Amino acid sequence: MTQLVQLVPLFPLIGFLILAWQKNNLSKQMGAIIASAAVLASFVLSCVLFFSLVGKDGAASATYDLFTWMAAGNLKISMSFLIDPLSSVFLLVITGVGFLIHVYSAGYMHDDEHHNKFFSYLNLFIFFMLLLVLGSNYLVMFVGWEGVGLCSYLLIGFWFKNINYSSAAKKAFIMNRIGDLGFLLGIILIFMTFGGIDFETVFAGAKNFPGNQSVMVAITMLLFVGAMGKSAQIPLYTWLPDAMAGPTPVSALIHAATMVTAGVYMIARSSVLYALAPETMHVVAVVGLVTAILAATIGLAQNDIKKVLAYSTVSQLGLMFMGLGVGAFTSAVFHVITHAFFKALLFLGAGSVIHAMHHEQDIRKMGGLKKHLPITHITFLLATLAISGVPPFSGFFSKDEIFAHTFEHNKVLWLFGVVVAVFTAFYMFRLYYLTFHGEFRGTKHQLEHLHESPKSMTTPLMVLALLSVVGGFIGIPGDGHLLHHFLAPVFKDAEIRLLPVEPNFSTELALMAVAVITAVIAILVARNKYITSKEVPAAESATLKPLHKLVYNKYYVDELYENVITKPLNWKSNIYNKFVENEIIDGGVRLVKWTVDGSSMLVRQLQTGKTGFYILCMVLGVIAILATLIL
Amino acid sequence: MGNQLMQTLHGIPLNNYIFLSAVLFVIGVMGVLYRRNAIIIFMSIELMLNAVNLLLAAFSTYRSDGSGQVFVFFIMAVAAAEVAVGLAILMMIYRNTKSVDIDLLSNIKN
Repeated sequence: MTQLVQLVPLFPLIGFLILAWQKNNLSKQMGAIIASAAVLASFVLSCVLFFSLVGKDGAASATYDLFTWMAAGNLKISMSFLIDPLSSVFLLVITGVGFLIHVYSAGYMHDDEHHNKFFSYLNLFIFFMLLLVLGSNYLVMFVGWEGVGLCSYLLIGFWFKNINYSSAAKKAFIMNRIGDLGFLLGIILIFMTFGGIDFETVFAGAKNFPGNQSVMVAITMLLFVGAMGKSAQIPLYTWLPDAMAGPTPVSALIHAATMVTAGVYMIARSSVLYALAPETMHVVAVVGLVTAILAATIGLAQNDIKKVLAYSTVSQLGLMFMGLGVGAFTSAVFHVITHAFFKALLFLGAGSVIHAMHHEQDIRKMGGLKKHLPITHITFLLATLAISGVPPFSGFFSKDEIFAHTFEHNKVLWLFGVVVAVFTAFYMFRLYYLTFHGEFRGTKHQLEHLHESPKSMTTPLMVLALLSVVGGFIGIPGDGHLLHHFLAPVFKDAEIRLLPVEPNFSTELALMAVAVITAVIAILVARNKYITSKEVPAAESATLKPLHKLVYNKYYVDELYENVITKPLNWKSNIYNKFVENEIIDGGVRLVKWTVDGSSMLVRQLQTGKTGFYILCMVLGVIAILATLIL
Repeated sequence: MGNQLMQTLHGIPLNNYIFLSAVLFVIGVMGVLYRRNAIIIFMSIELMLNAVNLLLAAFSTYRSDGSGQVFVFFIMAVAAAEVAVGLAILMMIYRNTKSVDIDLLSNIKN
């Protein structure tokens, strides 16, 4: 049974290899089928593995060694996979949502000339993501971590002929790498502290580790820096909105459902370590919350449908980290799952709208689309309800759990969390109303071509809508909390240390009521503004009030980074280029050339071609030899 | 009789023979270096060989060792063969360039 685990990442890898080598020989249909089939096969296997773990209370977790990668002295690192409740849950999400997005891409990328290359990149991404969650030591996780960063770069910059898209891809990769430095330093510190980097050694060592040690704080902070880069927390979040330059299925897969949740996975996996460093957990919670608020406020003022969703993703990720920071590991993972469903659905729905509007992405030019795109409309509405935390959709259960645990931990954090939820409901419904309700504000040409998307695109929408609606029922508060029971063995060591306070049922009910009421109020305000008053956001050229302008320009954070970091770095780089590269290093090479040239010109004089000269040289040579012998 | 002969021969100091041989050799070398006519160069080479022969014979007499003269025979045989080959090559050159001037043999353009 455990041998099956090595097949799970193997299918997408094979899919990638076939598509990469044969991308010009395969028809588009064949390419899409091979890629989707690979992911589907992995999904089936993930289900098998998942069901082998259900009900066994963590006893069936197993590690599977493929081969020894490095062995030097005391250090022995092998390529090995770990199947336990946490990784199996992530496997299901990655392969399941991944498969749906592959099917969607078959329709969305149908007219693209590099169709097969796209699918090869998608498969490669799934492969690396699976490595990330399956790894049973930090190094295999890091391989997956880097690999998904690479695929993110390849996919964001997929339409590479546009220089802006390529810059966005570069920005994503570089910001990721900054985080990766922290991650790598964290791994090195872990090795120095625990003598190994596989989870068994590290977590066993951590169980008996004395508390309040600064090395633990250092390790957990460094790992969190890695998570900051990968999961777009402050200050390394600006790449995610720019990453919307990639095709919409990419945004759905990578920047909503999977890659950005890698940071959450990593911290959840290292829960034992974080339990030993409460200071870091506090930092994680606060950073998560601040990110959530900041992104939510920016999302209020954006007019590009994908940018709103991007900032929404950053904000929801912030909530997940807040959950991790207060010790609610299961809740954070729960939110990852539900967020994967409804965010992927939102992005795919947005893709459907963009496709129908002939690549128009500005919501000021949309409106009244519900008549023309019925399926997209209904599924988008369901997702919007889910993300706004309206019961009984999935988002309600997961968000509420995080808020309940936060309330028990720190009331101030909870209060700001509610503010985030209010903003979320507001801007999501703003997006929904402006896109689907009211009068159509686009061109006549666009109106004539409006049509619902093909089945390959609408079927995944419907499946994801179903999941967004019922997905919350795996986490009903109280005894019926299936997910909590399933994941309990993974987090029990951390919880022994942390002793989190479980909120009692009446508190939870009260908090739920507060959340629902505030969300409904926000929705009604949005309805009033955009439907009853028929307000439309200001056009591009209009002057905005100062606060509005600040938020619309994303608090000028990009400009800040540009001037404080990028420009000095480029300036330094130019100096290095002009002086060190051109003068010193190039100068060295030119010196060699000058020497060789000069000496060769001298030596060339010997080749006169005159026979008499050659005889003279012979005589001189003989004299020289004799002189050497005699003297 | 052998002794008398030897004494007569030893009348001329060995140094004279060395100088003569050296002078002949140098004249031969200068001829090889300075002359443009290939046949003159061959003659100079012969001159060099003969100078060496002279030296060998002189030493062989003054040391009463026969090996010197034996070596002279070898040199003479080799010289003969070498001249034969050299003149054959010279003949081919003459047929191609209609001249025995060695300066005209340069194919490398400066």
